[in-house]
Amino acid sequence: MKLSEQWLREWVNPAVDSNELSEQLSMAGLEVDGVEPVAADFHTVVVGEVVECGPHPDADKLQVTKVNTNDGELLDIVCGAPNCRQGIKVVVAKVGAVLPGDFKIKKAKLRGHPSHGMLCSFKELGLIDDHEGIIELPEDAPVGKDYRDYLGLEDHSIDIDLTPNRGDCLSVRGIARELGVLNRLDVNEPEINDVAAKIDEQKAIHLDAPKQCPRYLGRVIKGIDVSRPTPIWMSEKLRRSGIRSIDPVVDITNYVLLELGHPMHAFDLDTLQGDIHVRLAAAKEKLTLLDGEEVELDDDVLVIADEQKALAMAGVYGGKDSGVTVESKNIFLESAFFAPDAILGKARRFGLHTDASHRYERGVDPQLQRTAMERATQLLLDICGGEAGPVTEAVSEKHLPERANVKLRSARLAKVLGVQIADDEVTEILQRLGLEATYNSGEWQVQVPSYRFDIAIEEDLIEEVARVYGYNAIKAAAPAAQLRMTDRKEASVSRHTLTNALVERGYQEAITYSFVDPKHQAMLFNETAALTLPHPISVDMSSMRVSLWPGLAGAVAHNQKRQQAVLAFVETGLRFIPDESAENGVRQEPVLGGIRAGKAHTEHWSEGERAVDFFDVKGDVEALLEKTGEAHLFRFVADQHDALHPGQSAAIYKGERKVGFMGALHPQHEKALGLNQRAFVFEIELDAIAVRRIPAAQPVSRYPSIRRDLAVIVDKHIAAGELLAAMENIGVKQLVDLNLFDVYEGDGVPENKRSLALSVTLQDADKTLEEADVTEIMTQFVETLKSEFNATLRD
Amino acid sequence: MQLEEIVAQAEAAIANADNPQALDDVRVQYMGKKGQLTELLKGLGKLDPSERREAGQKINEAKQQVQTSINSRKELLKAEELKAKLEAERIDVTLPGRNSAVGGVHPVTQTIRRIEQFFGDLGFSVKEGPEVEDGFHNFDALNIPANHPARADHDTFYFTPSTMLRTQTSGVQIRTMEVEKPPLRIISPGRVYRNDYDQTHTPMFHQVEGLMVDTDVSFTQLKGILEDFLTHFFEESLQVRFRPSYFPFTEPSAEVDVMGKDGKWLEVLGCGMVHPNVLKAVGIDPEKYTGFAFGMGVERLTMLRYGVTDLRAFFENDLRFLKQFN
Repeated sequence: MKLSEQWLREWVNPAVDSNELSEQLSMAGLEVDGVEPVAADFHTVVVGEVVECGPHPDADKLQVTKVNTNDGELLDIVCGAPNCRQGIKVVVAKVGAVLPGDFKIKKAKLRGHPSHGMLCSFKELGLIDDHEGIIELPEDAPVGKDYRDYLGLEDHSIDIDLTPNRGDCLSVRGIARELGVLNRLDVNEPEINDVAAKIDEQKAIHLDAPKQCPRYLGRVIKGIDVSRPTPIWMSEKLRRSGIRSIDPVVDITNYVLLELGHPMHAFDLDTLQGDIHVRLAAAKEKLTLLDGEEVELDDDVLVIADEQKALAMAGVYGGKDSGVTVESKNIFLESAFFAPDAILGKARRFGLHTDASHRYERGVDPQLQRTAMERATQLLLDICGGEAGPVTEAVSEKHLPERANVKLRSARLAKVLGVQIADDEVTEILQRLGLEATYNSGEWQVQVPSYRFDIAIEEDLIEEVARVYGYNAIKAAAPAAQLRMTDRKEASVSRHTLTNALVERGYQEAITYSFVDPKHQAMLFNETAALTLPHPISVDMSSMRVSLWPGLAGAVAHNQKRQQAVLAFVETGLRFIPDESAENGVRQEPVLGGIRAGKAHTEHWSEGERAVDFFDVKGDVEALLEKTGEAHLFRFVADQHDALHPGQSAAIYKGERKVGFMGALHPQHEKALGLNQRAFVFEIELDAIAVRRIPAAQPVSRYPSIRRDLAVIVDKHIAAGELLAAMENIGVKQLVDLNLFDVYEGDGVPENKRSLALSVTLQDADKTLEEADVTEIMTQFVETLKSEFNATLRD
Repeated sequence: MQLEEIVAQAEAAIANADNPQALDDVRVQYMGKKGQLTELLKGLGKLDPSERREAGQKINEAKQQVQTSINSRKELLKAEELKAKLEAERIDVTLPGRNSAVGGVHPVTQTIRRIEQFFGDLGFSVKEGPEVEDGFHNFDALNIPANHPARADHDTFYFTPSTMLRTQTSGVQIRTMEVEKPPLRIISPGRVYRNDYDQTHTPMFHQVEGLMVDTDVSFTQLKGILEDFLTHFFEESLQVRFRPSYFPFTEPSAEVDVMGKDGKWLEVLGCGMVHPNVLKAVGIDPEKYTGFAFGMGVERLTMLRYGVTDLRAFFENDLRFLKQFN
């Protein structure tokens, strides 16, 4: 909300400058977002009067004028504005003036005619972005007066970002009240008197929904002239508070809204049929809004209606058919209290956030309606003329909010704040806030005024006291608590540890968005449905990731475009798998994912370079599995995945549970993902690797170990992993290491076969192994390989 | 030939031998089975027994002298050989080493780890929660009823009217208090989402939520712990101020500003005393227990700490950016 500082100071004028005033507001919880001058820099601009005005002899669109600026002689000024005419008061930039944008006014000749100055528009002075001709000042504007002084432009527009609880501060009145509290000053409320009725005409008002609208005031005003200009003092106050002048009726209702914080509405009386009903809309009832759009209402929307139809969406937006126009002569003025609950959410539902709905949603003083009505009436009569009827008030007292009566305990205040504020000081703060507090043995009983509808419980009062006392006057102290150790489970492997394991192998941790491009996701995960954001930032950020791969591929693509040669990223986070049986219909699984592309490592003088391959990445995954202390529980099994190269992909199992996948991204996806090289990815469920074995120590054998090498020829399609597993599964207790150290195809090995060379390291816990023992064990291995894999020994 | 002459010849030959083989040849020539000195010894038998002893002694002395010379020459040659070998093995130690590349942890994670460390040392445990959240945990239990204007301020990404991407990590407070009872000290780092994207907003960012509930937790302690944290996080004594604010789930509420290098206040976190309605909603007696909660923006803290100027850089994952934090 923006307000004019001068306007505020009419109500309360503390002896502090603009900056300190803003600081006071911010530190009281009314955050000032900005303080801007209300006009750009300009000077030597004065009030003038057009004494003569005639057509330019050589230019159709120009007029030649003589302007009096009270300098003794008249100025010759050529003007192009269509509204320039004899007798009007204007704003004159004299020779030597400098306007916003460093525009200097000099003596000039326009089409042969001398021009010693310029008649200004609002736009040229940087006041409003409006170019409907030159400014026309009221007849009483004093000729020769500096325009800045005339308008009082040495003012600031203060932008205050109010929190939703402080609806009471959405006005000059509200902010002035706060400044009064902070500076211990009385607030000068303007005198608002009842306007006596000159005519009898009234409209009957029926509160058909008293819970939603417990009070509705109406008044008929006849014979007004909407074509009259809004006085400049009013339009300037509105402008400096961020509101455009429209016509006097709209301006007056806006003025009261800003001044008192009370929204008003005016109907064209002659369009209304019979009595006024404040009622809930019928489902699908139609209403054409002021902006011409027709909306279909719901049955929880409060409307103002006549006997025919809905006229306006109560507290939110007016209707077109009953709107006041420049031709309107007679109006019906509304000043109502609508319950916040009745208005909440409606503006949002219809996309109609207005100054009125903003205030009704947050709350309006339920005792302010008559004051607002009288204020608006008087302004209307003053500006537009006309005669007012009596105020008609419909009220349902029992539905009006009651003034809260809240207890504050001194001990509770001290407990919550941690400081003891003297009772007298608390009493004084409460009184300054306008809260009627009676103190009795450690307790205050506080009667809350109707405008502080945000105060309902003890904590609200504690906050008020703390806020006025000053948060920064409250000391800081270290929390006190009992020393208790927290769980540090030895068996848990944190995601930090896992990320670090890969970081040490050259990976960079990435953080990618949890929502990805649905096209990429559908391509990589054909059969997996994804959760979709109905209102995303953009379509390519609309699909909740079912895997970290799309995001990681994006990170690689981004960097490949920027000439990065070695790419390795790791990320941890949730993937989102739709699942009706899960909480909120989605399984949110923490996973660790990685990607590598480009070179295996930075080109090195001794080793040259090579592209990263499957086994580089598999090595990384195996290193990760080592962190669990039980890497042997995991195995890699050739498997298919839509995202992956059919010949280079493996499922990762822990025991019988599939916990992850790895492989080369399918080459047919590379282009769509923006990749220009082969990329290898992996993803593992974090809970499968977040647990570490607690060591159970075994004695170390004192006897020597013996290594035997074994080379076997098997069919090419036999998975080496299965062969190794078969050997391990025999359960030879002397087997301490089994390593596959060579794979060979080619000369000396039959076609479709390959040779696998294994080293077997044996050691017995209790004795030195004899040759015979070794031979027996090796025979066991060879027999198993022969029978299970049809292996033959290679010579 | 005279013994002295043989010895002189041998010494000369030893001095000339420039490799172990040549030296060994010299040894054989003089001391081998048919070597000249050996032959002299064999000739002793022909001498008169009275001369034999003295002559034998002289020859043995000569042999010994030659052997000593051979030995020292051998040592010398060995030393020279080693020296030559080492010289041949000389390398340029300034060439780059192998496999030195390590990656790095994302700056946002680095900040989260530091925060976890600071609060972990004070007995706060780390709790995590779901990112697709329901209205109860994201709003209702936090004292933000439906249609509350504070909901509109959140720019929530809804899936359905009752499910959404969490707009704050505060929901983890609720999930924790639903199952654990005071005294409680937790922090909860994680991703949060708001439907907003410009230079100062990304639709996803990180928060760390903190909560302490005990019998005598007060606003002064909230001030104490946060000032302590900010001083340690920035490793300097910054000017800090607490400004009244409003969050539906805390009261009194505050925003905390630190004084930036440019002399302007910068908001770094929001906090307050846990609202009694929040405690009641999870079955904790607000008369007995009080608590404070705070929520800090990880990106904002990271930007201030390391001088990052564009928030969006955190999620582009540009290596040229990320590597600066390694």
